Formats: sequence, structure tokens, C-alpha cells
Amino acid sequence: MARKITTRRKTLNTLFAWGIGLLIFFPILWTILTSFKTEAQAIADPPVFLFFDWTLENYAIVQERSDYMRFLWNSVILAGGSTVIGIAIGVPAAWSMAFVPSKRTKDILMWMLSTKMLPAVGVLYPIYLLFIKLGLLDTRLGLTIVLMLINLPIIIWMLYTYFKEIPGEILEAARMDGAGLKEEILYILTPMAIPGIASTLLLNIILAWNEAFWTLNLTAAKAAPLTAFIASYSSPEGLFYAKLSAASTMAIAPILILGWFSQKQLVRGLTFGAVK
Amino acid sequence: MATQHSRSAARIMMAPAVILLLGWMLVPLTMTLYFSFKKYLPLRGGDLGWVGFDNYVRFVSSSAFWPSIQTTLIIVGGVLLITVVLGVLLSMLLDQPMWGQGVVRILVIAPFFVMPTVSALVWKNMFMDPVNGLLAYLWKFFGAQPVEWLSDASIFSIVLIVSWQWLPFATLILLTAIQSLDSEQLEAAEMDGAPPLSRFGHIVLPHLSRAITIVVLIQTIFLLAIFAEIFVTTQGSFGTKTLTYLIFQRVLESQNVGLGSAGGVYAIILANIVAIFLMRIVGKNLDA
Repeated sequence: MARKITTRRKTLNTLFAWGIGLLIFFPILWTILTSFKTEAQAIADPPVFLFFDWTLENYAIVQERSDYMRFLWNSVILAGGSTVIGIAIGVPAAWSMAFVPSKRTKDILMWMLSTKMLPAVGVLYPIYLLFIKLGLLDTRLGLTIVLMLINLPIIIWMLYTYFKEIPGEILEAARMDGAGLKEEILYILTPMAIPGIASTLLLNIILAWNEAFWTLNLTAAKAAPLTAFIASYSSPEGLFYAKLSAASTMAIAPILILGWFSQKQLVRGLTFGAVK
Repeated sequence: MATQHSRSAARIMMAPAVILLLGWMLVPLTMTLYFSFKKYLPLRGGDLGWVGFDNYVRFVSSSAFWPSIQTTLIIVGGVLLITVVLGVLLSMLLDQPMWGQGVVRILVIAPFFVMPTVSALVWKNMFMDPVNGLLAYLWKFFGAQPVEWLSDASIFSIVLIVSWQWLPFATLILLTAIQSLDSEQLEAAEMDGAPPLSRFGHIVLPHLSRAITIVVLIQTIFLLAIFAEIFVTTQGSFGTKTLTYLIFQRVLESQNVGLGSAGGVYAIILANIVAIFLMRIVGKNLDA
């Protein structure tokens, strides 16, 4: 029996929830609004909310003055590259653990998870030193590798929990019909696994895009992604609120949109399948 | 039935991931351990020989160590308290019937997708700036003296910024857990006349306990490592130097690698203590 909900109660819930939702969202909304103001309006006293002369000039200025496109491109390469490589390595691994489990599968999974728990600062200098020795400091290649490695455990875990949900009977039926390992993978499992792989891809792009320890410490000018680009605004330039806002909006917009698509997968991915 | 053939194929498929992660773990870890027993100053003489446990002793006995532990605990504890308490309340609210639930959910989750450097800078300049920040206007509007947030209430400010980033995570996970709660059980309790508070205490909270544990453990691991939020706001001044930030300064700013590495080993041990508990919970889930 469903509980009867009075319209009054629903209205109260709605008002209350919207109020809190807008309060939490407000810093983002304010940043987006400010990005369309002039610098004078951005620090107007009292603050202006909607009734100002909307302008796009901040975006143009940030773009040409700071070479925004280069940072954006670095972010795309780093997030995209590390994710694609991670998936390419993670799919076979998760696959074999989900479908050909052995006694050690659980131990291997737990051990992979434990590498994710290693605090980055604990290995900062060794990585820094290796990067210098190998000529990887401030290169997209080096950072792509590091981002891939720090997220590989999450990729494998997420894929594993998705693959585990594919019923084993289907495989057995296919084997009875004489399908070999190759056919099994290509024609039966792959189509069923695509949604899980897509979710993993999405979440991992978000994590890599927002990573702000290695990207700040291992890059200087050439390979710096948007995280470092924004951090450079902590100098006095940050006092130009409208430009800071425009830069911030451009840095977070792609991920906000991707994030909204992946909110369900976020739970599974970040809790290593412990909450679904 | 897994055949011998598919077993060895499985091993080959797993090999790249295992080898890479093994290398990623062992190589830097061994190097950190190695450096931690050396006096190693890359800019001032380089490798100056073995010093035993000297770095470990010196790291702990430096005047910055205990304050950094205290700061770390306050920040981690404060953020956990705020995000879990508000997360439980918020997830219960979001579970209620309402109009536009999907949109509210999106609004609440959004901060999680904002990169740490952006949220730190936006809060620092546009909200907490004592002259032009929005909070300063609000304070002036009510006739109060604007607060110098990041110097006078520095730790509170960091806790606020980080909580804003992590509240969505706690809410989202608790909401997922709350939605799996059997609503008939709640209705039965309601019909039996159980007041809201005891329904919450006896049914909702026990149901959420596992999700809360997971939120606490996962957040702890990430919160112990927060970096960008401090890097772009206070740079570790005004009492905001966490253990992570202290090690970062020792290693990269003052280039005292031996000392920093010993600190790194402490951080690894600390994180592992938390990780053991988390792994136990996740591991149990694997058997199910």
C-alpha cells in the first residue's frame, strides 16, 4: 500500500529541497553569472545578480591572453588518453577475473585496491626524480601514464562489478554451441559489457580531469592542464573576478555536463562496488 | 567450467595490469624507504650518506610536526562530521516526494564535479575576500565587521570549502542506500504509532550504518591527501599546514628529501591504517 502524500506536504518538501539545492549550487551559479559581468560590475557594492549588462568579453580576453586552448587541449589529452589506456589494460584484467575466477582473484582485487590507498605525497619525490631522469617532467606522456596508473584500480574494480552482473549461463550456452574464446568475447560478452565500459570511461574522465596533485607538481608550462591554469590565478590576477570566473566556468563546464550523465555510476565507482 | 586453456589465457589478460600496478607500487615505495634512511639534499651536496632512523626522529621532533597532525585531524574530522550529518539529513529530504526531484539532485551533486583548484579559488576570492567577497557584503549588510576568513578563521574556511566539495559525495551515496530501504517497514512502524525520531533512530539509521561507514572511510583516505585546496588558498600558512602539505614543503620546497621521505612513510602508515578497515568492508562485499 502506497503512502498517501498530501499536496501540502509535497509542496513543503519541494520548497525546502529547492532552497537547499540552490544554496549548495549557488557558488557555481555565482561564478557563471560573474563571468558575464564587467570587472566593475563583478565587485559592485551592493552585488548585482541578474540585472547587469551581459558581456562575453571576459571569455575572449581569457582566451587570447592566457592561451586557454593549450591548457584545455592538455586536459583533454591527459584525461582522455589516461582513460583510454586504462580501459584498454583494465578490460582484459577485469574480464578474466570476472569470468575465469581463481582462488587468488579476490586477493588480487584487494591488492589492486590497496595501491589506490597509497598517499601520493609519500611517493612524490621518487616520481619527481624518475620523471627528471627519464625526461618526463612537464610532458603530456609522463602525466598521462601517472593519471592512468592512479585510476587503474578504480577502472578495474568498476569493470569487475559490471562484468560480474553478466549471467554466466549465457557463456555456457554459447560454449555448448561450440563457440570458442574469441567468438565468446567478440559476439556475446562485448555487446553486454558496453554499458559498463561506457560508465567506467565517463567516471574516469571526470576523475582524471579534476586531479590536482600530480598535475600541479609534475607540470610547468608545456603539459599543464586546466587545474594548473586555474591555480595560476591565485596570484594577483585572481583579483579580476570576472576573468577568473570566465576561466573557471570554461574549466568546469565540460565536466559538469559529463558528471550529470554519470551520477549513478559515480556511486558504484567511488565505493568500489560496495554501494550500488 | 574454466578449462586449462582459458586459465592461462586469463593469466595473460591480467598480466599487464598486475605488472604495471606492481611497478607503480614497489618502485616509488622502495625509493621513498631508501631516501628516508639517508641525508639527501639535492641542492646542497646531494647524497650525504646513511643516517639510520635519524630522519624519522627529526621529522617527529620538528616543531611543525604535531601542529600538522592536529590540523590534519581537525580538517578531516570537521569535514567528516559536517558531510555525514548534513548528508544524512539531505538524503532523507531528497528521498521525499517532491516536484523537480531530478533537478534538485543535480544541483546538490554539482560541486563534486568542480575541480579542486577552481572551488578553492572561487571561495577564496569571490566569497571569502574581506573586501570584495560576497560574505563580506553580507556581513556589512547586517552591520557586522567583515571577517578575514582565510587568515583569522583559516581552518574553518578550509573545512567549509572541502565540505562543500564532499557533501555531494556523502549525500549521493547515502541517498542510494536510503532508496533501498524497505518503505513498508517504515509504514508499519508509522501505523504502530512510532514517533518520527524513533523511526529514524531504529530503522533509518541502522539501515544507513554500512553506507555511513563507507563514506567515512573513503572520504578519510581522500581528505588525508587534500592538497590543492591549501595550495591555492593559504599555502599552508595561518595554521593550515596538514601532514600532506608539510611533507610537500619538505620535499619540493626545501628539497630535504631524506626528511620528507621519512614523513612520507608516516603518511603511508597512517593511510594504511584507514585502508585496512575499508578493505575489510569492501572485501566482505566481494564474498556476497
